[in-house]
Amino acid sequence: MTQSAENVLDHFELFRGPEYQEMLVNKRQQFENRRDPAEVERVREWAKTPEYQEKNFAREALTINPAKACQPLGAVFAAVGFESTLPFVHGSQGCVAYYRSHFSRHFKEPSSCVSSSMTEDAAVFGGLNNMIDGLANAYAMYKPKMIAVSTTCMAEVIGDDLNAFIKTAKEKGSVPAEYDVPFAHTPAFVGSHVTGYDNVMKGILDHFWDGKAGTAPKLERVPNGKINFIGGFDGYTVGNLREIKRIFGLMGIDYTILGDTSDVWDTPTDGEFRMYDGGTTLEEAADAIHAKATVSMQEYCTEKTLPFIAAHGQEVAAFNHPVGVAGTDRFLMALARLTGTEIPVELERERGRLVDAIADSSAHIHGKKFAIYGDPDLCLGLAGFLLELGAEPTHVLATNGSKAWAAKVQELFDSSPFGKNCHVHPGRDLWHLRSLLFTEPVDFLIGNTYGKYLERDTGTPLIRIGFPIFDRHHHHRFPLWGYQGGLNVLVTILDKIFDTIDLNTNVPSKTDYSFDIIR
Amino acid sequence: MSMSETQSVAEIKERNKELIAEVLQVYPEKTAKRRAKHLNVHEAGKSDCGVKSNLKSIPGVMTIRGCAYAGSKGVVWGPIKDMIHISHGPVGCGQYSWAARRNYYIGTTGIDTFVTMQFTSDFQEKDIVFGGDKKLAKIIDEIQELFPLNNGISIQSECPIGLIGDDIEAVSKAKSKEYEGKTIVPVRCEGFRGVSQSLGHHVANDAIRDWVFDKSAAKPAAFEASPYDVAIIGDYNIGGDAWSSRILLEEMGLRVIAQWSGDGTLAELENTPKAKLNVLHCYRSMNYISRHMEEKYGIPWCEYNFFGPSKIAESLRKIASYFDDKIKEGAERVIAKYQALTDAVIAKYRPRLEGKTVMLFVGGLRPRHVIGAYEDLGMEVVGTGYEFGHNDDYQRTAQHYVKDGTLIYDDVTGYEFEKFVERIQPDLVGSGIKEKYVFQKMGVPFRQMHSWDYSGPYHGYDGFAIFARDMDMAINAPVWKMAKAPWKGAAQPRLLAAE
Repeated sequence: MTQSAENVLDHFELFRGPEYQEMLVNKRQQFENRRDPAEVERVREWAKTPEYQEKNFAREALTINPAKACQPLGAVFAAVGFESTLPFVHGSQGCVAYYRSHFSRHFKEPSSCVSSSMTEDAAVFGGLNNMIDGLANAYAMYKPKMIAVSTTCMAEVIGDDLNAFIKTAKEKGSVPAEYDVPFAHTPAFVGSHVTGYDNVMKGILDHFWDGKAGTAPKLERVPNGKINFIGGFDGYTVGNLREIKRIFGLMGIDYTILGDTSDVWDTPTDGEFRMYDGGTTLEEAADAIHAKATVSMQEYCTEKTLPFIAAHGQEVAAFNHPVGVAGTDRFLMALARLTGTEIPVELERERGRLVDAIADSSAHIHGKKFAIYGDPDLCLGLAGFLLELGAEPTHVLATNGSKAWAAKVQELFDSSPFGKNCHVHPGRDLWHLRSLLFTEPVDFLIGNTYGKYLERDTGTPLIRIGFPIFDRHHHHRFPLWGYQGGLNVLVTILDKIFDTIDLNTNVPSKTDYSFDIIR
Repeated sequence: MSMSETQSVAEIKERNKELIAEVLQVYPEKTAKRRAKHLNVHEAGKSDCGVKSNLKSIPGVMTIRGCAYAGSKGVVWGPIKDMIHISHGPVGCGQYSWAARRNYYIGTTGIDTFVTMQFTSDFQEKDIVFGGDKKLAKIIDEIQELFPLNNGISIQSECPIGLIGDDIEAVSKAKSKEYEGKTIVPVRCEGFRGVSQSLGHHVANDAIRDWVFDKSAAKPAAFEASPYDVAIIGDYNIGGDAWSSRILLEEMGLRVIAQWSGDGTLAELENTPKAKLNVLHCYRSMNYISRHMEEKYGIPWCEYNFFGPSKIAESLRKIASYFDDKIKEGAERVIAKYQALTDAVIAKYRPRLEGKTVMLFVGGLRPRHVIGAYEDLGMEVVGTGYEFGHNDDYQRTAQHYVKDGTLIYDDVTGYEFEKFVERIQPDLVGSGIKEKYVFQKMGVPFRQMHSWDYSGPYHGYDGFAIFARDMDMAINAPVWKMAKAPWKGAAQPRLLAAE
């Protein structure tokens, strides 16, 4: 017996004990009917070959290990960025359990959201009664200032009409007539989570700006000098938005963050559960129409929202999740131009410190090859940073990346000598990437937690940047944006590089001559 | 923190009744009437817990429940390791459930084993409009091409499949024929079916009956039968639970011919009708197939509980009672073997946990099954409820587990659970990931009792040591003393939003 009270063995040690190992071998040999180990080994090797890659890339129907989620997840993300707002997802209830779990596993925070719990009868008769009861219950129980409605694929397939349903629910007294219930249709079979973010952000602005679904006069834009900022679907929203606020503060810019999720996903443990915390106030959301301009940090999260805002007379500017020196330079210069302010000396010094850090360390990154996967904007931001570090983003992959995105990535490659041998892979998944990592290997992989399977199978060290990150804690509290964020990304990459060198040089009397104390 | 030490059972009952009345006040009248049937204070001697269950969740209340797909793909089918399970429909369902349930297994992932992979048809608008059957057929071809060592395929339906009228059964039959009788199982576990995960379990059980058993009936057994063959049913090997259970059954002289479904294979499913006894841990999710095997193959089944030494010993003896003296002696030998470990664990942790109170809200078997393990450590469960239990679960709970005055809450809403915990102030809450951070913010120690909070196993004697250590770690962590800034007065846990 290996277990003991004095030294309690966890699963990772317990099952390595001889009793368990023997038991598991017997199970396999007697009952599992497993394949011949030699055959398994043959197929494992075959799956590394260009021949396998060709078949793999010929897939037309099957998706394996995608790096994207569905629209309603992004819908919930956008909704909780508004003050005391309860996301209400119309459709099957299991979906909501999934979104809440997914966010809680990433942020290590509560994630509040309700469902209209549609079942078979609603599938036949439509979900109107679910909407009527659901709005009434959610309003009475959780006392939100606003309920933001989106849909699951079930409600979309049967064609439920949110606008009509919400009107009817108000007539039936579920919520007061003047109560804010913005909505957006967010079918899971169109786009991805970034699309859902876009649709809900647009839905909320549309609600406040364009007459609350015909129940109030449209707002007349009276331009002021403010800047609206939209962060997009972002796993680092807590750290990033706080950094953006600091930057705006340093620049003296009057701003509104549309969809401020930095507090709701970073509440203190002090004896109180805050179902709602922080967020864009409803007044700010309405007043945002008067802003001089709107800046989106993630173009592909605001493909509909930005044109909608532009149509109201504002200037709009979109970035692709800028990371590093040049990306942040462009972002700050755009802010300075839009607001007629100067970039303050504090930020210039931060820039200098990031450049200093790059100068100190770039010898360790220069010429290294990376594979990156993630959301389209994050991929662009990271690839841009790697290029300015002298590294090569050899493979850049976004399952939810379009052809237009791919063209943009190619343009980025073409702008740098380090982009010469780099490839962009729109619409591909992590099983495609697995093949690539065997046939055209790289030194490091950047991606979310699921990249650990690629790390295990291909031996490519994984640098965890992306969403979701389930198996490392608290990184979402630190920014990737701004020069400060660039420093965080640089250090994250460097740590993995140094750890990898140490791991490869630590065998006594074999490799330890390179086990240097100073690097 | 515990109030029960100073209160009589009558006072506790009175408090709990008031608490129920109070939470119901927040609801609109119609909802209050419906929710009232799901909340109760247990009366000793009653045959069930006095609550309605397995009814539709009410829209908008923040139910903790999931869906039929979660019950089938996430629970029953997903752990079968040598088959490929297609999440058929849009990308999300498979994505959110991808490797989230800690069903441990051994195998070469991506080559002969596929548990922690996400295979999806990633439905697009055109698939909704024109149907997905052709795509499904092509997916099966592509699986055969890229994963030649897969031993079978299951099709886990997401919501749209049943709504757009796809015929996944026809595709499965045709493809099975094309691939020389390959096991291809269509599962009608669309998320809108039923009221919770529970129907998904049932549908998944029926799919095994109809698409695995009936097909494999003619096949000869892959092993020579023995009089001591049993199958573990309803253990998903969360953190290795089935392994720390299997070892005990083998040590008492039984031979485990199948695991359902943690670390299980298609061959093990097919073997099971040759068992002498099915031992059933999660009654809720696999009683259906156990009853079927009893009726069709005459295999008796026996519920057991491997949480905590008291219930383990009771269960080992109960299982042994189906066999001869050799096995009965084996059970006693196993109990004796682990006595020293059990004694040491209790000696170490019971003094740190004695008298601490626990509130549970979990799925499957755990709202009752873990109570004995807490009691072995001197702890008391003062509230419990099932996410998707049926009346037979509440009967078992009332008759064998809970004490007089226990607060019972079926399909609890977020609001109710928070209010109950706020008022009762247990020393520990055991529930899921969606609840974890709510209660930790309130300063209440918490353990996830679905995923074992990334620990485990909790089953068996080896698991009990980990369980005891984890509960101690949660309750006695220094962090809970720091929740309040020292310059602030001591505060009770409370909710901001729902006040």
